[in-house]
Amino acid sequence: MAAEVRLPTVLRAHAGGASVVTLSGATIGEVLGKLVAEYPGMEGQVVQADGSLHKFVNIYVNDDDVRYLQGVDTPVPDGAEISILPAVAGG
Amino acid sequence: MALYPSVLELIGNTPLVDISALSPNPLARLFIKLEGQNPGGSVKDRVALSMVEQAERDGILVPGKPDQILMEPSSGNTGIGLAMVCRVKGYALKVVMPTNVSIERRQLLELWGAEIIESPGSEGSNGAVRMARGLAAEHLEWVFLYQYGNRANPQAHYEGTGPEVLRDCPGITHFVAGLGTSGTLLGVGRYLREKLGESIQIWAVEPPSGEMVDGLRNLDDGYIPPIFEELGGADLLDRKTVVRPRESIEWTRRLTDVGVFAGISTGAAVAGAIKCAASLGVDEEASIVVVSADGGWKYLSTGAWTDDIDEVTERAKGIIYF
Repeated sequence: MAAEVRLPTVLRAHAGGASVVTLSGATIGEVLGKLVAEYPGMEGQVVQADGSLHKFVNIYVNDDDVRYLQGVDTPVPDGAEISILPAVAGG
Repeated sequence: MALYPSVLELIGNTPLVDISALSPNPLARLFIKLEGQNPGGSVKDRVALSMVEQAERDGILVPGKPDQILMEPSSGNTGIGLAMVCRVKGYALKVVMPTNVSIERRQLLELWGAEIIESPGSEGSNGAVRMARGLAAEHLEWVFLYQYGNRANPQAHYEGTGPEVLRDCPGITHFVAGLGTSGTLLGVGRYLREKLGESIQIWAVEPPSGEMVDGLRNLDDGYIPPIFEELGGADLLDRKTVVRPRESIEWTRRLTDVGVFAGISTGAAVAGAIKCAASLGVDEEASIVVVSADGGWKYLSTGAWTDDIDEVTERAKGIIYF
């Protein structure tokens, strides 16, 4: 399924400055795998070596955090918007 | 009671108001807890008082002793709450705060007599936390209550906000609040889960701050509050949703239709509650309680209610409102 992946400022340099890239995959894990394959500079920044999400990264599918859905196995609907956001404090 | 021995006695016991008129689903009732009614103007009054009183019980702060200095990182509300509590109790306070907060947040800290130490706006709250930790290591004579790692923060909500929510809305099915330090969600969430079990859903709402904070060098500069990890926040939450600045402003404006004048983070939290109401199954009845962290006064300078929405949205991307 094709999805638009929104990149945070900190990762854009690894994608030639792009803020949004289009990738396909049936699950979040597949999409993120393609992201790292296409932009190797992101290796270790989004997904860890064991395939789990980087501790300080939050991934949202259509505004829902995938950690509270099915993690990297969360299905990606066609036309979905995926956002990668660094963990930031408030207060 | 209408006569209080101290303004600090006014902290907590905030009203819960039915705003179901805004619900997109006739089976979903919507209630808002107005934390802006606290004397310092936000939910963080509870946290400030709880942390200071715990430090007094622990002997870290001694009431009446001169020259005691506290230092705390804050994007605003905790700093303001602490500044009020410290002023009343006679402690000095230094607040490490990013430069990109609304002017009213600075003014309030100044009027309560706190000293502001500026941290780079481009690093957001994460930068303020980092700077404060460095300063705490250099100045061991300062009292560093550290809201992100202090269990008195969620405890204030476990003992206060949570019981109030259940008392005023015994039929609650969903609790929705913003995720900043995670104190509100941890404290209220744990209380409601203990009392209601799996029948209560806990939803967290976040702004896309990480997108706007452009001073992070890499993702290892990210930050998760220690209390969130230590107290099992990830297991407690059922859903976490991100709400973008435009939607936050739109709902901040919509709230005035029901007479609620609240801050921009409340608009985000209500947008999350609306998503929650819209996600229910057919014939599923719900009572959703959402927390309004503060009133609108501190955001008048942003033009959030009156200026062109596109301009306000762009402006909101440049300020920290959580």
